[in-house]
Amino acid sequence: MDTELQAATYKEKRHTTRKGRLRSFLAQIDLQVMVLPGVLLVLLFSYVPMWGVLIGFQDYDLFKGIFHSDWVGLKHFNMFIHSPDFFRVMRNTLAISLLKLFFGFPAPIVLALILNEVKHLGFKRFVQTVSYLPHFMSWVIVSSFVISMLSIDNGSINILLQRLGFIDEPINWLSRSEYFWGILVSTGVWKDVGFGAIIYLAAIAGIDPHLYEASAMDGAGRVRQIMHITIPGITPVIMIFLILNIGGILYAGFDDILNLTNNGANTLLRPVSDVLDTYVYRVGILGQRYSYATAVGLFKSLISVILLVLANVLARRMGRASLW
Amino acid sequence: MFKLKIWDKSYDTAVIIILVILSFVTLYPFWNSVVISLNVGTDTALGGITFWPRAFTWENYEVVFKDDRLAQAFGVSILRTIVGTFLSIFFTSMFAYGLTKKHLIGRKVYMIMCIITMFFSGGLIPSFLLIKSLHMIDTFWVLVVPGIIVVWNVIIFRTFFMELPAGLEESAKMDGCNHIRTYFSIILPISGPVLATLSLFTAVGLWNDWFTASIYINNPNLMPIQTLLNQIVNSNALSEQLSSAGGAASEFVRQLQGVSTKSLVMATMIVTTLPIIMVYPFLQRFFVKGVLIGSLKE
Repeated sequence: MDTELQAATYKEKRHTTRKGRLRSFLAQIDLQVMVLPGVLLVLLFSYVPMWGVLIGFQDYDLFKGIFHSDWVGLKHFNMFIHSPDFFRVMRNTLAISLLKLFFGFPAPIVLALILNEVKHLGFKRFVQTVSYLPHFMSWVIVSSFVISMLSIDNGSINILLQRLGFIDEPINWLSRSEYFWGILVSTGVWKDVGFGAIIYLAAIAGIDPHLYEASAMDGAGRVRQIMHITIPGITPVIMIFLILNIGGILYAGFDDILNLTNNGANTLLRPVSDVLDTYVYRVGILGQRYSYATAVGLFKSLISVILLVLANVLARRMGRASLW
Repeated sequence: MFKLKIWDKSYDTAVIIILVILSFVTLYPFWNSVVISLNVGTDTALGGITFWPRAFTWENYEVVFKDDRLAQAFGVSILRTIVGTFLSIFFTSMFAYGLTKKHLIGRKVYMIMCIITMFFSGGLIPSFLLIKSLHMIDTFWVLVVPGIIVVWNVIIFRTFFMELPAGLEESAKMDGCNHIRTYFSIILPISGPVLATLSLFTAVGLWNDWFTASIYINNPNLMPIQTLLNQIVNSNALSEQLSSAGGAASEFVRQLQGVSTKSLVMATMIVTTLPIIMVYPFLQRFFVKGVLIGSLKE
């Protein structure tokens, strides 16, 4: 038995010498068969589209295909940057994602800190259960809630505001562009705040309880403990998520925006709701301008990757956690 | 000392009040939708339904359950969720298991290949053109196959498998099992928690996805429920917001003219969300576990 095992390990190691490469490959054919479907699927559905970004540099013709379409260099990139849509789309993308970062990023941290102050375990569990429920609803459902809550003839928000005397007439919220960013950002916070808090709660649970006892002996109150123990204790986790968020700064949302604007058909909201991703969808899929939309998409991914790398370098310089 | 106690008490009370408000704000939209779905449609149109139905009825649910298109869409969603979850978990975990073996030829290349996809992708249009050239448009498989390998899950599975005691596999090997056999009869049976967690996330994701079908599916018989719902809600809401009633109403909405569609849409929504609400209390501890294995470990 023992020698067999040794022989097996020997066989598996032998591929380091070139001669036995094929042999050791055959020796591990069972393993290779196991990873093969995964490798093929990733190659097909992730790498073929990566190669497909080349059509952003072509005047892609569906009938000629990628091999025979004409190369046009940076034409589509130039066209996008000089188009009247550019300013609007970039402004909306940056504004919405920055607003989401500004309100959406701290919200789960604050919720975790508040939840951590609850002494009654049953109540704490109840609030947690309730708060991450919306994360598991589709955006179709969530946006229907929002549309229903804000509707002009039925909406609870209008009813509430009228009864409190803040407004005289019900407001048609989703047809007024000045409210859209606020609606979008608060819906996002509503949907994901509880789920986001899970990680921070786990991080808080990992803090050494002795620190709290010691600080209590020194006379620190609960607010001070939060400021000087809990928050510093979860800072590494906060940093990692901040870096991830900065990499996604050009991702302003897609499902949420499409669903709240009736798949982009709500033209009243378009000046404030058009972001890079929905723009690619509209001109690419609906408008069938494949090359142009691919160029816009590529423009976005490239900037995102650069931002992510920069954010990570910066985080490492500061001596804090980094992703890699 | 006395002063401190009062401060402490009011601190606790403030915390509780904040969280009660938060819970209310989270639950109310659900509650309100249930209420509207239980109200007579024509009465709902008059407005003002908040906490209780004004004219109670089961009628909306009866219509929903009798509608053939909805039943068909439910069927598609259920089939897609089951088949998709099974295939995804099966191939993703097997892939991850292979990647835990240090002597696997090409392991580094496969790993780097996976990691790159987490930072860069071809984007919507090249993916769309790929699906088109594979002739997958208007097939059931487009709802399942492109999403089989989830790279994030590969990494979670891999981390989990690497922490299993090495002795288990060695003894299987001594008994003459190859890797495939070891994987099925040793590894999978003891991977219950991670299998349950990731199956759950995958299933919820597949159930909730509406976008894939909205661009790849035109055949109404292959339309999943969320996509159909998205179309119904849109045509309904758009007509309300742009006040051009009936302008873009979908087939379903048109069939139900005369009834206020709002109650009906709410009933459909509740029925669509019901599967998640029902499994939720039993499985939420997995949700928490899943987020944690997905994030805190490297």
